Amino acid sequence: MNTQEKYNLAELVIAHALKNGAQQVSVSIDESRNNNIEIRDQQIDNLTESNRNSMTINLYVDKKFSSNSTNRMKKDELLKFVEEGIAATRFLAEDEFRMLPDPALFYKGGGADLIVVDPSIGSIEPKTRIDLAKAVMDEAFNKDERIISVSSNYSDGMSNRVYVTSNGFKGDSARSSVTLSASVSVKTDQGRPQDYWYETSLFFDKLKKTDIGKKALERTISKIGPKKISSGKYPMVLENRVAGNLLSPLYNALSGYALYQKQSFLAGKKDQQVASKVLTVWDDPSIPSGPGSRHFDGEGLALAKRAIFEDGVLRGFYIDTYYGKKLGMDPSSGSSTNVVFRLGDRDANAMVKSLKKGILITGFNGGNCNGSTGDFSYGIEGFLIENGSVIHPVNEMNISGNMTQIWNNLVEAGNDIVEGSSFMVPSLLLDMIDFSGI
Amino acid sequence: MLYKRRDFIKISGITAAGSLVVPSLLQSCNGSSLSGSFSNYLDHFEVTPELLRKVIKTAMSKGGDYADLYFEHTISNYSNLEDGKVNQASSNIAYGVGIRVLKGDQTGYAFTEVITPEAMLKAANTAASIANDATAKKITENITEYSSPNLYPVAVSWEDTSIKQKIPYLERVNEKIFALDSKVNKVNASVGDTTSYIMFYNSEGLLACDYRPLVYLSVSCVMEKDGRIENSYVSRSSRKGSEFLTNEMVDNLAKEAVDKANLQFLAGKPRAGEMEVVMSPGESGILLHEAIGHAFEADFNRKKTSIFSDKLNKKVAEDFITIVDDGTLPGDRGSLNFDDEGNPTENTVIVNNGILTNYLHDRISAAFYKVKPTGNGRRQSFRFIPVPRMRCTRMENGPHKPEEIIASVKNGIYVDNFSNGQVNIGAGDFTFFVKAGYIIENGKLTMPIKDINIIGNGPQALADIVMAGDDAKLADGTWTCGKDGQSVPVTMGLPTVKIRKLVVGGINA
Repeated sequence: MNTQEKYNLAELVIAHALKNGAQQVSVSIDESRNNNIEIRDQQIDNLTESNRNSMTINLYVDKKFSSNSTNRMKKDELLKFVEEGIAATRFLAEDEFRMLPDPALFYKGGGADLIVVDPSIGSIEPKTRIDLAKAVMDEAFNKDERIISVSSNYSDGMSNRVYVTSNGFKGDSARSSVTLSASVSVKTDQGRPQDYWYETSLFFDKLKKTDIGKKALERTISKIGPKKISSGKYPMVLENRVAGNLLSPLYNALSGYALYQKQSFLAGKKDQQVASKVLTVWDDPSIPSGPGSRHFDGEGLALAKRAIFEDGVLRGFYIDTYYGKKLGMDPSSGSSTNVVFRLGDRDANAMVKSLKKGILITGFNGGNCNGSTGDFSYGIEGFLIENGSVIHPVNEMNISGNMTQIWNNLVEAGNDIVEGSSFMVPSLLLDMIDFSGI
Repeated sequence: MLYKRRDFIKISGITAAGSLVVPSLLQSCNGSSLSGSFSNYLDHFEVTPELLRKVIKTAMSKGGDYADLYFEHTISNYSNLEDGKVNQASSNIAYGVGIRVLKGDQTGYAFTEVITPEAMLKAANTAASIANDATAKKITENITEYSSPNLYPVAVSWEDTSIKQKIPYLERVNEKIFALDSKVNKVNASVGDTTSYIMFYNSEGLLACDYRPLVYLSVSCVMEKDGRIENSYVSRSSRKGSEFLTNEMVDNLAKEAVDKANLQFLAGKPRAGEMEVVMSPGESGILLHEAIGHAFEADFNRKKTSIFSDKLNKKVAEDFITIVDDGTLPGDRGSLNFDDEGNPTENTVIVNNGILTNYLHDRISAAFYKVKPTGNGRRQSFRFIPVPRMRCTRMENGPHKPEEIIASVKNGIYVDNFSNGQVNIGAGDFTFFVKAGYIIENGKLTMPIKDINIIGNGPQALADIVMAGDDAKLADGTWTCGKDGQSVPVTMGLPTVKIRKLVVGGINA
């Protein structure tokens, strides 16, 4: 189906639902295509091709609500699906807060091209994909006698969505992506350390295609010979690639759902100092070619740049229409777009050099955060730093504490964000973190 | 990686009465000599034996060694209670066929969501391209019907269960929880059921059909006292029909939710560092899943990336330790009548009296190691390649008494409720997150603890299990295992065990 055919199908389904007793309806049609190639030790391990289609129909029937999705897209089946969905919805309890967004808040079109689609991705030759993955693997294969396995992966994909509501919204969006990665395992007398590296972009031409296998190998070698160290409070440098792991629980606490369910340690803290003055974060939907750029959210709400944290003061939440009504708050958007940090002026290496003693964190291993209280505990992978130098890898360590406390201990944000991620988070320096080791 | 359902709700569902849109049946039967239920499945997916053979032939046309077709029709329903009312529901239908071609240990894979001859042949051609030989292998014309005892007979199917019949159970659990404690502030309860029709056919002529039910009921409870907020999450899951929903089960869940949340008000943090850890029976089987289970999956060993890659037939644990991965427990969330590549499931002994005896195999790794497949080839859906996965990973009884195990600890912790875990296969470092437990001082449980991560090294932790109780128990919560971007339902079990030392997250004085 082309975009116009999808609009036609969505409108047909909406008309049928309205005719059969729904007062409001929204329909989205999601399509994605993906190609994936994995190479292991110079041989293709697997080739997969994926084409997905689905329709989601949200029904608002006599103040009752249900969401119904299917990948069976034949017209006559969809119409029957709608009828059965409406019949089932009538069994539910009424919910005065369920309704489509106020049309005044919808994106009305006319925004600039966000440049998030690379049309060439649909026509890349299978051989090109395989050659790229092979080249990445060759950067590491046989380059060190301790290597036991090297694998590399190429994937590209395109997704698009058509979204129509019965109260006047019509919009479509699309996005492309391409990723190259490599993973290396080495054999040592202390386990088989493994690490990886990846590059990702929305555009085939902009994708960095070299130094991926090489970096994966370097990172793996650097993890050989880990030692356990004593428990204690240390400063930590959190590498940009994994800094999002610490930001996620903070972000989870900003959702309307978490606030309403009393699973947010940030409930009631708007305009209060909740973190160090270093923390300034914006949600910016309109960065050209930004991985998270979009004109409207999943409900059709128009988006604009806004502050989430300003000098450590909480300024914004992520509120969708439903929980906005339940909480008595204005809806903003239910999900983040590009999460943009205010940057500092040096990178992770410079931060490491400035530390007398501390830990450089390059990976996480499990753990969780209690959303209600903000108490967390995570397994980490990383390195001991002494007198400005990386001394040795550490293993079997946890960090524990409370989200509010740890973000108050943020000393510095770096200048080194990772390309390709909508979480544009630099490396971070935090002080007085509780590490558990031996 | 392992997580409870709450952390991984992607799709959900709703049924009025009777089934949602089931593909229309063909006018005439396929005219073959297949027995009744098999020809019903062929009709369900609107295919004939001739078409199956034609698709397989196309899949093998470029010289593949083996090919299989995995047809799936899954209907999922979800209904949720919030603020005392069941006012949210959703449903999902997923339908399609995955086509796989193997050439040695190489895989070509494609799927289609439209089951027509044209779409299937196109996908078969894509999958076929993993091979590039001039000559195609001959394939059998005979169909062998797979039969096995049914591990999950259904009294009342979910397709015959209206949402109206589920609502009273959600309302009941809500009322019970509020009645049990005045601190209760919020209750969310949901029931999610899934019905899958699976039909499998391969180039060896094997035809296997399965009807797979799966259900969970989960409850989260928030309590508030003097401005302090604590929560709990409990659930039950099984491969059953709607006979799964009983007042007794709901009442037990309500009590468990209230008890768990109450305990959190008393809980603190242990000191940070290495200490003895006693694991309670049941859900603590997360230890087996993370510390060793994943590292025993044969794909990692075939690729030599597991820390257990050179440990087969070697001593890895004390003599009294026997660990199995069991796909045959009736009604169990992790059980399957056959795995997702048509192999029988079994109770696979992975550690026998302390010796590592078996890896967990799929078809590819079994061929590599020249052993029989163990029935561990599983996939999330027709959209994914099967890979070795766990089912119910559990430890048999040991020689010790639970009281004796706790009494043997001078300074340590006792852990009995978990939310998630993870493992790094090569280095062997694994973790699990403890929602609740106790400090042990001088052989006695003292202060409750909560929200701490525990980290250890797989082979070391396995060797460090110095005591195992005679109280083995299965966990019946909603555990889901994630690997290679695919989620599958699993369970686990454990008797009380003591580990000599693990690193416990906590505070530094």
